[in-house]
Amino acid sequence: MIAFLIKRTANAAFVMLAVALLAFVIFRFFGDPVEMMVNEQATQQDRIELRERLGLNDGFVTQYTRFVTNAVQGDFGISYRNQQDVMVLIKDRFPATFELVLVATVISLVVGIPLGVLTAVHRDSRLANILQLGSIIGVSLPSFVVGILLILAFSVSLGWLPAFGRGDTVDIGWWSTGLLTPSGRMALILPSLSLSTFQITLVMRLVRAEMLETLRADYIKFARARGVPIRRVQWRHALRNCLMPVITLTGMQIGNLIAFALVTETVFQWPGMGLLFIQAVTFVDIPVMAAYLMIVSFIFVALNTLVDITYAWVDPRLRDDAARAGGANG
Amino acid sequence: MKNTSDITKGGTASPLIPQKPSRLTKLRESDLWFSFWSHPSAIFAAALLAFVTITAFLAPFISPQNPYDLGALELWNSEIPPIWDAQGQWPYLLGTDTQGRDILSAILYGSRISLIIGFASVILALSVGLALGLIAGYFGGWADNIIMRIGDVLLSMPFILIAILITAVASASLPTGLKDVLAAPILIFAIAVPSWVQYARTVRASAMVEAKKEYVQAAKLIRVKSWRIMLNHILPNCMTPIMVAATLNFGLAILSEATLSFLGVGMPPDQPSLGTLIRIGNQYLFSGLWWIVVFPSIQLCLIVLSVNMIGDWLRDALNPKLR
Repeated sequence: MIAFLIKRTANAAFVMLAVALLAFVIFRFFGDPVEMMVNEQATQQDRIELRERLGLNDGFVTQYTRFVTNAVQGDFGISYRNQQDVMVLIKDRFPATFELVLVATVISLVVGIPLGVLTAVHRDSRLANILQLGSIIGVSLPSFVVGILLILAFSVSLGWLPAFGRGDTVDIGWWSTGLLTPSGRMALILPSLSLSTFQITLVMRLVRAEMLETLRADYIKFARARGVPIRRVQWRHALRNCLMPVITLTGMQIGNLIAFALVTETVFQWPGMGLLFIQAVTFVDIPVMAAYLMIVSFIFVALNTLVDITYAWVDPRLRDDAARAGGANG
Repeated sequence: MKNTSDITKGGTASPLIPQKPSRLTKLRESDLWFSFWSHPSAIFAAALLAFVTITAFLAPFISPQNPYDLGALELWNSEIPPIWDAQGQWPYLLGTDTQGRDILSAILYGSRISLIIGFASVILALSVGLALGLIAGYFGGWADNIIMRIGDVLLSMPFILIAILITAVASASLPTGLKDVLAAPILIFAIAVPSWVQYARTVRASAMVEAKKEYVQAAKLIRVKSWRIMLNHILPNCMTPIMVAATLNFGLAILSEATLSFLGVGMPPDQPSLGTLIRIGNQYLFSGLWWIVVFPSIQLCLIVLSVNMIGDWLRDALNPKLR
């Protein structure tokens, strides 16, 4: 187990170093950092001094090492656009994205699991067929289109829900939450629905596949033979045994949701990290781009590693196989 | 997966091996052909995709207006609602945008761009993925290590993020004039980069298995060239999962292109893809001009939906467990 743990962690560290290299190369070689930072009146002397101060004359390896060391300590430099500390910018925006992703995840589970069970239990019924068709439509709908249609329906036509922004927020320490105010909750409905559409269909399909498999197992037949009511068998005995993969999927998808939230945030002008990133892309604000890339990748890699380790911990067979195969999965 | 140790020809439905009974009869007697005609959803999806593709490629001949020709746009024809509205005007079936551009024509031209970029990026990812996967699986060693490590890193970043970064970096480092000309190739590249890994992994896995089999050893003994063994013997044996993945990825590629264009890092407004059209329409969401955004959205959804339905059908039809 310890060997596996070390191997898996080392793998994750390697991946993060590679991502850092990518971020560093983008930071260093696309656009001259000095030109981006100085104002127009700066003299040649100022530029040379700044170049020296930023350490841009050092060797590649030295600069890369410094970049990684700073990044580990949460120092991603100063934003070119508004001259603020990048980490402060991201810290301000992080709660908005986190709450959006959290609510979207909850919605996807609350809606996706029952739908998945229904389609599996009433297999080949009309309801199941409609839901199956609905799930393939759900996968095919781009999330920004879902967002736009939701805005058209609920904001423009009906005027029930706000189409942009986060509503009022309450500060708890450095964390600003929109969950505690009515307007904050109203503002969250449409973005989280649009972000969760894809995830709902994913959960639903997975639960359906798992349930179909589980319902064939002997212990299900046995429970039925013992006289346990069929609903109880389906919704308790069978469903419980399907939840492990669902939890795994949810865990692994959170990273993807955070990345995809940038699309939702653009549609709804949601003041999260993703919107910050898209604005940074428009203004070629490379320190912000690099920081966002590294933070999202870190969350992504950390979750995947955690899921893998949990699995190996629960299931010893995986541990041995993975150790033998050299942990080929990133 | 079919058993591979027979070198006799015609065992597989591969296009690489010449087949004696004419291809058409073979196709018509195949399970796949039968399965297709017994799945109404597959027929529907194929018909829809065919219709969309044909109209998109005939756009210069059938569309009422050339949306690229800015001289043809008349401002007094702007903001016309669809034809069934009281203010609708012939020939603007689906209305016009704020510059007098006919929405239907823009959609037809835009679909063409979306389909071409989606298709090209799948082909690019497929060729790179198959080549690298074969090399990694067949030769193993350091080549395998390097290729798969790069793949690991790419898979550990969200797909959309890689694509955005590539387009952002490309457009930041190119001069303005070149940026618009190269928009399509950049998008194709940006979508292909994160998606080749999947093909490479699939091919690598079966190449590793095949490379150890006796017929490959025999082929090596009689000095068949490595690339011939890879292309003629190993590759056909892993085409089934690859075809399914490629179909589903085609849908994903079109979606990604639309997303990138919607975010403003894709096709420029003067040669709009469906995503760009939705981006433009999104600005008029609150001014009541719903048709500018709704119709391109519907078209995009129909394309992706039909591709996904075909992909789903193909996956079930080719899955030996479900036969």
